[in-house]
Amino acid sequence: MTVPIIELRNVEKHFGSVIALSGVSFDVRPRECHCLLGDNGAGKSTLIKIMSGVHRPTKGDIYIEGERHEFDSPRDGMHAGVATVYQDLAMIPLMSVSRNFWMGHEPEIGVWPFKRLDKAKCDQVTMEEMRKMGINLRGPDQAVGTLSGGERQTVAIARAVYFGARVLILDEPTSALGVRQTANVLASIDRVRKTGVGIVFITHNVRHAMAVGDRFTVLNRGATFGTADRGKVTAEELQDMMAGGQELAALSESLEGTI
Amino acid sequence: MTSMDNSIDERVKEMSGFRRALLRPELGAGIGAVFVFILFLTLAFDSGMFAPAGVLNWSTVAAQFTVIAVGACLLMIAGEFDLSMGSMIGFSGMIIAILSVPLGLPLWLAILLTFVIAMALGALNGWLVVKTGLPSFIVTLAFLFILRGLTIWSAILFTNRTLISGVGEKVPGDPIAWLFGGKILSGLFVWLAERGVIATFTQGSRAGQPVIEGLPMVIVWAIGLVVFGHLLLTRTKFGNWIFASGGDSQAAAYTGVPVRRVKISMFVLTAFCATVLATCQVTEFGTAAADRGLLKEFEAIICVVIGGALLTGGYGSVIGAFLGAIIFGMVQQGLYFANVEGSLFRVFLGSILLIAVILNTYIRRIITGEK
Repeated sequence: MTVPIIELRNVEKHFGSVIALSGVSFDVRPRECHCLLGDNGAGKSTLIKIMSGVHRPTKGDIYIEGERHEFDSPRDGMHAGVATVYQDLAMIPLMSVSRNFWMGHEPEIGVWPFKRLDKAKCDQVTMEEMRKMGINLRGPDQAVGTLSGGERQTVAIARAVYFGARVLILDEPTSALGVRQTANVLASIDRVRKTGVGIVFITHNVRHAMAVGDRFTVLNRGATFGTADRGKVTAEELQDMMAGGQELAALSESLEGTI
Repeated sequence: MTSMDNSIDERVKEMSGFRRALLRPELGAGIGAVFVFILFLTLAFDSGMFAPAGVLNWSTVAAQFTVIAVGACLLMIAGEFDLSMGSMIGFSGMIIAILSVPLGLPLWLAILLTFVIAMALGALNGWLVVKTGLPSFIVTLAFLFILRGLTIWSAILFTNRTLISGVGEKVPGDPIAWLFGGKILSGLFVWLAERGVIATFTQGSRAGQPVIEGLPMVIVWAIGLVVFGHLLLTRTKFGNWIFASGGDSQAAAYTGVPVRRVKISMFVLTAFCATVLATCQVTEFGTAAADRGLLKEFEAIICVVIGGALLTGGYGSVIGAFLGAIIFGMVQQGLYFANVEGSLFRVFLGSILLIAVILNTYIRRIITGEK
């Protein structure tokens, strides 16, 4: 079995008297898409913030390729190759695709004080990476605002991968998208997975998860029901676990199984 | 590259050249500048507005606007305002005068100290904005009053008047004062006068000298700042950070852009620009007045907006702000040359501001694809 790129063992997180996570284990291996499912308030955000170094776990350990690590800041997370793509905060609409792509990592040429942006490299790499992801741009100067929501997510994913992400956390990338755009994002996930990156796909949509997931972990009220491999769990079971079983089963009956 | 990319997405509409040109922030200001130029060419051609001395007159006014507009422009693109710019002009001028006249420091030292004080105040402005997360509108509005009050108070404290004179006597021979109040290329203008290209005074104490003594340093500063600002914004890593900080500070911060540092340094730059203008005025007129720079903060913002920048940040151009300042200078002086009632200048100002903002909103919709 391959060593996970990142592994959390029995992680707990307390905020004052609130227990957000009570002993969760979670790992991501290369070339897989690990879906993290859970309803609102289940602790998904807390878990990904621990993985990316925003929060420190109250108890439990983080292992990077089998070695114990402590994350003190998001910068440590980035160094370990953990990148997070947030749904609303991925891109700046008024700026060009090229400028967005290189934001925070701008290449420079020349010597100080005449250092300047290597615009040619920016534009060339951007066009190339976008083409790999199946997005045809008018040009590198096209504003991100003209792209669809799905394309924006894809640009953000391509950017994270280009800058060395080994684990890519996607925070509800499909929740605000239409059918076609969702398909585009799922296709991007598949492309990236094939390059060897491990993906954490956070969603509360079971169908989206089933479409690309290799493994599934359901969080409910800060605890997990364990991790299931693809083919060993059905959509209904996942849906049940997310909602905490019983209540939803009753509700589902009264709605004649439409949830 | 194009040989590989022959799959054209049928959903991406080809943009017409006109629409694409509209997306350049400078376009509106460029057209406006040409229009204003032609307008006064027909309206005031015989008035001397387009004689060398007349051109120098409105160029100097335009340069004064440009100096502060460059700072305001970069700050606005970074997503913030500085309403205390005008008060800072009065304040810096007054500090130079107080340090050099009643306190007797050498003028060069007074100027350097004033730059340090002003830029520290700019940093304080910026620090308060990023630290509290309050709108810069409110924070700098407070400084508009604080600085103006301090200016008047300190002037009265030291001299019992709101106007301090006596700086002029210290300008000749000072090692750096000429950088602000001096004139360059006098030799060129003498040469031009000898060849009859420009006129000479025919009477008075300066008879025989060319009507243009030299190029005021404020014009040199204006050009220098425009070149610096434009290159910084479009050609450097830091420029990308300015756009990013103003476009969406959260998204920028997530990708590792030091948003706070960017914003604070832009506040420092506006304070620097205000002080450059103040120093030019003080060294040229030889006096500091407590009411100098009144309403300049708004005039700077208007130049920037005419230049195509969005009030909400993340989009704009230094060249546009420069063109906005030229329009501004040309109209303000042009109405005078054309013998039009000067108060109409404000009517013009308000109207052009309104047109510019409406136009910018439309442009923004095209860029972001909003309906």
